[in-house]
Amino acid sequence: MVFFVLKRLAQSVLVMLVVALIAFALFRYVGDPVNNMVGQDTTLEQREQLRDELGLNDAVFVQFGRFIGNAVQGNFGQSYRLREPVTDLLAQRFPATFELSVVSAILALAIGIPMGVYTALNRRSILSRSFMTLSLVGISLPTFLIGILLILIFGVILRWLPTFGRGDVVSIGGWTTGFLTKSGLESLIMPAITLAIFQMTLVVRLIRAEMLEVLRADYVKFARARGLTSRTINFSIALKNTLVPVMTIIGLQIGSIIAFAIITESVFQWPGMGLLFIQAIQNVDIPVMAAYLLLIAFIFVVINLVVDVLYFVVDPRLRVQGR
Amino acid sequence: MTILLDIDGLQVEFASRHGDVVAAKNVTLQLSAGEILGVVGESGAGKSTIGNAAMGLLERPGRVAGGTVTLEGRRIDNLADEEMRKLRGTRISMIFQDPLTSLDPLRTIAEQLVTTIRTHLPLSETEARNRARRLLEQVGIPDPAARLDHYPHQFSGGMRQRVVIALALCAEPNVIIADEPTTALDVSIQAQILDLLRSLVKDSGAGMLIITHDMGVIAEIADRVAVMYRGEVVEVGRTQKILGNPDHAYTRSLISAVPRSDVKLDRFPLVEHIEAAGARGQLDLKTHWLGQTRNYERVEGPLLSVRDLQLIFRTGSLFGGGQHEVRAVDGVSFDINNGETFGLVGESGSGKSTVARLITGIYRPNAGQIQFAGADLTKLATRAELNRYRRQMQMIFQDPYSSVNPRMKVRDIVAEPIRFHRLSNSRDETRRIVDDLLDHVGLGKRAASKYPHEFSGGQRQRISIARALATRPRFLICDEPTSALDVSIQAQVLNLLKDLQAELGLTMLFISHDLPVIRQMCDRVAVMRHGKILEIAESETLFERPQHDYTRHLLHLMPKMTTASAEGSRVSL
Repeated sequence: MVFFVLKRLAQSVLVMLVVALIAFALFRYVGDPVNNMVGQDTTLEQREQLRDELGLNDAVFVQFGRFIGNAVQGNFGQSYRLREPVTDLLAQRFPATFELSVVSAILALAIGIPMGVYTALNRRSILSRSFMTLSLVGISLPTFLIGILLILIFGVILRWLPTFGRGDVVSIGGWTTGFLTKSGLESLIMPAITLAIFQMTLVVRLIRAEMLEVLRADYVKFARARGLTSRTINFSIALKNTLVPVMTIIGLQIGSIIAFAIITESVFQWPGMGLLFIQAIQNVDIPVMAAYLLLIAFIFVVINLVVDVLYFVVDPRLRVQGR
Repeated sequence: MTILLDIDGLQVEFASRHGDVVAAKNVTLQLSAGEILGVVGESGAGKSTIGNAAMGLLERPGRVAGGTVTLEGRRIDNLADEEMRKLRGTRISMIFQDPLTSLDPLRTIAEQLVTTIRTHLPLSETEARNRARRLLEQVGIPDPAARLDHYPHQFSGGMRQRVVIALALCAEPNVIIADEPTTALDVSIQAQILDLLRSLVKDSGAGMLIITHDMGVIAEIADRVAVMYRGEVVEVGRTQKILGNPDHAYTRSLISAVPRSDVKLDRFPLVEHIEAAGARGQLDLKTHWLGQTRNYERVEGPLLSVRDLQLIFRTGSLFGGGQHEVRAVDGVSFDINNGETFGLVGESGSGKSTVARLITGIYRPNAGQIQFAGADLTKLATRAELNRYRRQMQMIFQDPYSSVNPRMKVRDIVAEPIRFHRLSNSRDETRRIVDDLLDHVGLGKRAASKYPHEFSGGQRQRISIARALATRPRFLICDEPTSALDVSIQAQVLNLLKDLQAELGLTMLFISHDLPVIRQMCDRVAVMRHGKILEIAESETLFERPQHDYTRHLLHLMPKMTTASAEGSRVSL
């Protein structure tokens, strides 16, 4: 077990190094960093001096080493646009994205898994068929359209919910949360649903497909032949076996909820990292882009690691092979 | 004797787009206490349907359309789902074919046993666990207390089947339906499981319905047999009577298709009542493309000579955490002479298929030589050289379903080797050759424009054979070519292989776990175990006077259809 985790950790570090290389290349070679930092009236001598100070004249691998050294300490330099340390910017924005993503993920799983199980068990019922039709709609409608429709109905016509921003937030030790105020919670509803719908429909379909497969397995048939109750068969045997392969994809989906909150955040003007990233792209704010890239990669790597360890806990067959 | 299970006039239908398909037609069977009733038939005969219908486990769109099923005096075919569920496991239970997939992989044996026990009996967790332990003991699992907390994958196939049996016996059912309980097991394990089933029935006085395609299993264990053919029971009677003196023509042809273990026949007597084989087209091999295989350089001595072949699989990781060595092939040597059929026999895991893969170059050996037609195949460096020899040897695989590409038409499947080795001068010629080959293996020219899924297992195996012939090989490796097929189809395919060998002077390496098949097909035989060859002998000598203990053991375990008939005379089949 320890060995297995160490091996996975080593692989994760490798992945992070590759992503860091890309981020570094972005920083160093997309445009001239010095040009991006200084104004037009800076003389050539000043530029050269700045270049020297920034270490841009050193060998590439020395620069890369320095980049990694800084990154590990959480130092990604200054945003070109906002003239603030990138780390501070991300730290300010992170709680918003995190809260939105967590609520969406919980929504997607808490609704998606039961719906998937229901549609697999009652394949022919009218409710299952309508679930499946709805999920098709959910999968085909683009996120921004769902967001805009929600805004139109609940924000503009019915005037029930706020249409943009996070509402009032409370700051607890540097972490801003919208969970504690009424307007914060109200503001969260529509973006969270918008972000969750695609993932939810995906979860429904995944669970359903996998569970139908498992229900055909010999061990389910044998369980029925032994007279076990359908409850035992469906939930202790079939559902558990369904979740093993689905776990990987669900894990990655949670990663992508965080990574691709961008669209939802733009639609709802949600002050999260996605919005920051969009603005960074518009302004060629390379340090922000590079840091965001690394952060997202890091989140994916961590989720992957967690999923791998979960696999290990759930599936006894792996435990033996790992030994 | 009391009748436990009474199936009367059972009719099972499957609704399909083209109307109802009748899977069981007016089936009447009675199972008494303490009796083992065999239901035998080929695939599609409807034997599993009977078992599923009795258990109330028919899957949609199947339904009982007529007749009754009575269990211990109570009619059960019309029970509500929940009522039927309560009977399953307690009064009637079922064992399935594949022990590898019959158990939930994520839960320990104890959890699975305890859940089943507590579903049916009012026992506490501890009592249920004790009962589970006794059950494991009863089905012959050594050290049951420790084994309880193991997961299914930690058991071997035979042990897993014992666990499955223990699970089926949890609440002491009076009727046990065993659907092909030993088909997925090696002969030695099969014998043990059959012994176990027999003694369980004897001790408990339960009745057992054993469903199988294997006449050997029937001969071994059943008191009475019902023979099924296309959904109907064509004949029921005492085992000796049915095997020794069957009344129905289908039973006779089925029995004649079973490879005999006691004497070698030239061919399997042709069996009617089975899938029409289609007449084989005749070719004048002197002038035909297929006959021009003799231009290979002559070989003095054996065509294939294998010396000290060794292959080691290393498992475990690169980081050195518990490296593991498996000697899959360990110092194997043999010669195969021109025109002979050489058999390689052994149980699963003995390394026999690995030898075939080494010879064809799919694996590279760690040590040893493979001399083929005078060249050492292990020393060939370039692809061109290798291909020259690969063209001369072809392989036929076990599984007819996965060994042909389902997205290619039969024409392209057979033409592929011709194109690859550039053996024809024009597209028209390729086309003609493929047509002739298909005709020659008994599929007919019209097969060319179809896809593999339109064919049965036996017909697909013919496609594989046609494909193998398409390079005009002189050496054919058959790796369990018929073990996925029904006996009658097996008889046809084996006949075809024999005919082709005689016509084309092929040399064959024939790999099988099935000793009677080996006896029918091979001139000489090598017995393999744990990667080593234990004995090589003329096949008649091997069967009559085996030298090695293990060979004797295998021969002893081989299910024999030799039984004393009711009249007391010995009938051997």
